Amino acid sequence: MAAAEPILRVENLRTALDISAGRFVVVDDVSFTLDAGETLGIVGESGSGKSMTALSILRLLPRPVGTIVGGRVILDGEDLLTKTDDEMRRIRGREIGMILQDPHTSLNPVFTIGNQLREALHIQDPSASRSSLKEKAIAALRAVRVAAPEHRVNTYPHQMSGGMKQRVVGAIAISGRPKVIIADEPTTALDVTIQLQYLKLLEELQAETGMGILFITHDFGIVARLCHRIVVMYGGRIVESGPTATVFDHPSHPYTEALLASVPTVERRVERLYAIEGQPPSLASFGAGCRFAPRCPHAMDRCRTETPPSFPGKSGLGVERHGAACWLLEEDRA
Amino acid sequence: MSTPASDTTSLADPIRRSGLWRQLKRYPLVPLTILMLVLIIPAIFADLIAPYDPYQSHLRNRLAPPVFWGGSWEFILGTDRLGRDILSRIMHGARYALAISLVGIFLGAILGTFLGLLAGYRCGWTDIIVMRLVDISFALPSVLLALALAAVYGPSFQAVILVVVFVLWASFARQVRAETLSLRERDFVARARVVGCGHTRILFRHILPNVVNTVVVMATLQIGVVVLLEATLSFLGIGIPRPTPAWGLLVADGRQLVVSAWWISFFPGMAILFTVLSINLLGDWLRDRLDPKLRQV
Repeated sequence: MAAAEPILRVENLRTALDISAGRFVVVDDVSFTLDAGETLGIVGESGSGKSMTALSILRLLPRPVGTIVGGRVILDGEDLLTKTDDEMRRIRGREIGMILQDPHTSLNPVFTIGNQLREALHIQDPSASRSSLKEKAIAALRAVRVAAPEHRVNTYPHQMSGGMKQRVVGAIAISGRPKVIIADEPTTALDVTIQLQYLKLLEELQAETGMGILFITHDFGIVARLCHRIVVMYGGRIVESGPTATVFDHPSHPYTEALLASVPTVERRVERLYAIEGQPPSLASFGAGCRFAPRCPHAMDRCRTETPPSFPGKSGLGVERHGAACWLLEEDRA
Repeated sequence: MSTPASDTTSLADPIRRSGLWRQLKRYPLVPLTILMLVLIIPAIFADLIAPYDPYQSHLRNRLAPPVFWGGSWEFILGTDRLGRDILSRIMHGARYALAISLVGIFLGAILGTFLGLLAGYRCGWTDIIVMRLVDISFALPSVLLALALAAVYGPSFQAVILVVVFVLWASFARQVRAETLSLRERDFVARARVVGCGHTRILFRHILPNVVNTVVVMATLQIGVVVLLEATLSFLGIGIPRPTPAWGLLVADGRQLVVSAWWISFFPGMAILFTVLSINLLGDWLRDRLDPKLRQV
């Protein structure tokens, strides 16, 4: 870890959803940091709270259902949770950009992509002239390696392929030169070959601009390819975090272990892929103790009653660099 | 009278399945021609093509029958009690029908679209208040409102427009709200927010362009409703004041003479009938064309 202050620091973030059945904490005591030029992967299955974490950082939780009930989100030394809505609006796009999951729906179907790029550029710099916006839009398309950008600016979203559209979405997201980009499963809707291209593009853009990328995914292949560090989430909590290679080599939480075991690999051929027993927890079933306990093969009595704190992972790097929230690790240490 | 146009296209309607109806639907040329002949051309060129001044009395030719009923070519569709030429009056009446439709629908669509956008986007109290107003507007009979307005201000062009706007805005508001509710959850709206767009910008630059299509189709479909409404109000004497040749007034003029001089009421009635019918046919056709899900049917 560099000695420099991380560009984004999330501390003890708690987010709750108030629905008719009551209040549910969907992001529970989540903390992590992101350095400039670093890619942090947030991994977890559907409903693990990874998207809610992203929306909390941007303060774009669905209203009036979602509220942030605690914690701090420090971007460049300033706490985003204390900003007014207006200040937040100026921060979005300029300080933090976001790439959404599905490029087919995240562009407005009734406008040309040039129009949508110019709008983003105009919001970030309202004083820019019409002709300079036009040039900037073409430059932005060129930056994401879109061929013939002069021609492409005049096309509508439905005239482009999914990969192209996601490049445009990326171009819009980085048009304000944000320090942090949150990418919420940006490759899920793309073909595998296009996925790789897109990940390479993100890496190149990161090298050019030095932005930090918060990459949300459920795909371990992408994590291994792209991320420097990962955070594994389950049931709204972080269960394990550490450098990617370390977590892959020394998975220290039973959930991470099980997840890695269920990823198919070319090296070993198996009859049946490993599957984790049971269902992911529903909001209503959140009780005391470790949330993975009901599905955990190593669960002890203690796991069901007490929430485990973060212990140093099996790699021996120390809790700061590689931590996992599991009682087993305490036993190991003793 | 204020029945939504969609009622005429219910699947249970037996006429819809008959051969003639289908033919007419396949070729919108027919209703379009009728519409041009009865409403649009007369409305625009009434001064040039009407044979007489619609207010001029030909006292020697009072109650002249139409040409095929023993009358002369001088007054093709006959004259009324004061000897005014029916054809000229119908042609000038088309102006009022068209003007009220265009102005009323324009204002109603703008009001309804604006409130619908607001209700669908803001949700919460805005939504509740707007939708209750819509309910009230649907529940209140338009003729009653027109009566009240006429009693207070006297019958006038403006009062008719007001009633038309009152009748129309609610259906626009309801439709636009429903679409806005779904559009606001779409990813491109989320993307716009991530870029830093404010609410006003999202509402008018991102959501509005996506509902304009629907609003235009709805507006077209409403012309028939408005023509009928205007005729109803005028017929009852609470619409456009006499002696303006509004279609409803023309029908009312011949009320007492319907047995002896049927043509006074008959031809204006026909003008109303053909206008509303052809607009509904066009609306059907337009809806089928614009809805890809129905295009195969």
